[in-house]
Amino acid sequence: MHIPDGFIDLPTSAGFAAVSALAVGACIKGAAKSLDEKTAPLAGLTATFIFAVQMLNFPVAVGTSGHLFGSVLAAVLVGPYVATLALSVVLLLQALLFADGGLTAAGLNVFNFSIVAVWVGYGVFLLVKKVLPKNKVSISTAATIAAFISVPAAVMGFLLQYAIGATSTFSLTTVFTGMMGTHVLVGIGEAIITAFTVTAVLATRPDLVYGYRGTKQQLEIRRA
Amino acid sequence: MKNRFIIIGFAASLVLAGGVSYYASSHPDGFEKSAGDIGFLDKAKESPLKDSPLAEYGVAGVENERLSGGLAGVIGVGATSAVSFAIFYGLRRFNKSKS
Repeated sequence: MHIPDGFIDLPTSAGFAAVSALAVGACIKGAAKSLDEKTAPLAGLTATFIFAVQMLNFPVAVGTSGHLFGSVLAAVLVGPYVATLALSVVLLLQALLFADGGLTAAGLNVFNFSIVAVWVGYGVFLLVKKVLPKNKVSISTAATIAAFISVPAAVMGFLLQYAIGATSTFSLTTVFTGMMGTHVLVGIGEAIITAFTVTAVLATRPDLVYGYRGTKQQLEIRRA
Repeated sequence: MKNRFIIIGFAASLVLAGGVSYYASSHPDGFEKSAGDIGFLDKAKESPLKDSPLAEYGVAGVENERLSGGLAGVIGVGATSAVSFAIFYGLRRFNKSKS
């Protein structure tokens, strides 16, 4: 759901660009803290992988496709701070190199993907993780549920933007119902790809998975 | 050996963006479709960069669709990894020098 230029008026787009820039800036410190010899390359790979998989539109209904957002995938693999930066890099390169997503709309897109979807998704991940037993299956399950929810969450971000500065005059209810139907389906695709990827990384290099770290520590304590 | 995982992941990204992307659905995505169904898709303005050499995930001047899209994907993977590795290694260094 890359917003093109023109859907949202310029003042609103500029406002969201400012908010997004501040939020991304605020994530830099947290990101730096979570990056070390091992996680820095994984962070680069995560951004690269998300760019690649976002090119793979999958069919969701007749005449409609969807593609991965990657917000929760990134948050679980490299942490929410780095995820915010990674998604922002992907979105800016898509807009600048491939004309995918508008230029004045860049702040709107960063807000929905890199901030709302990442942080709401990561919050859901933490909540689900808390109520499940401490093992790898729970991490995959929590990531899957969070990924599903992150897509409608991003749509709610767009709804906020639409409410403040739409260039068209449809009621919010109309836009909500029109958007949610397809995006629940996109969310299912998001959940499947996230589940598959997180499970694969947990199976091969669990030590790299940010969202698995606390779990592992507790296991070690119990063993000692 | 230590970096095997990263190399495999990077290679997979190249294959997905450079090859598999050809088979991706070319239908409008859920957002564009919904905007059209609701009725505000006509408000969309084309990106000022719509004539850039890689616009819409194709390389200008390359006729073959598979090659054009595949090359664009490979360039995108290269660009994303260059920018993101630079940022994340830079941040790690910043972090190290502070602690």
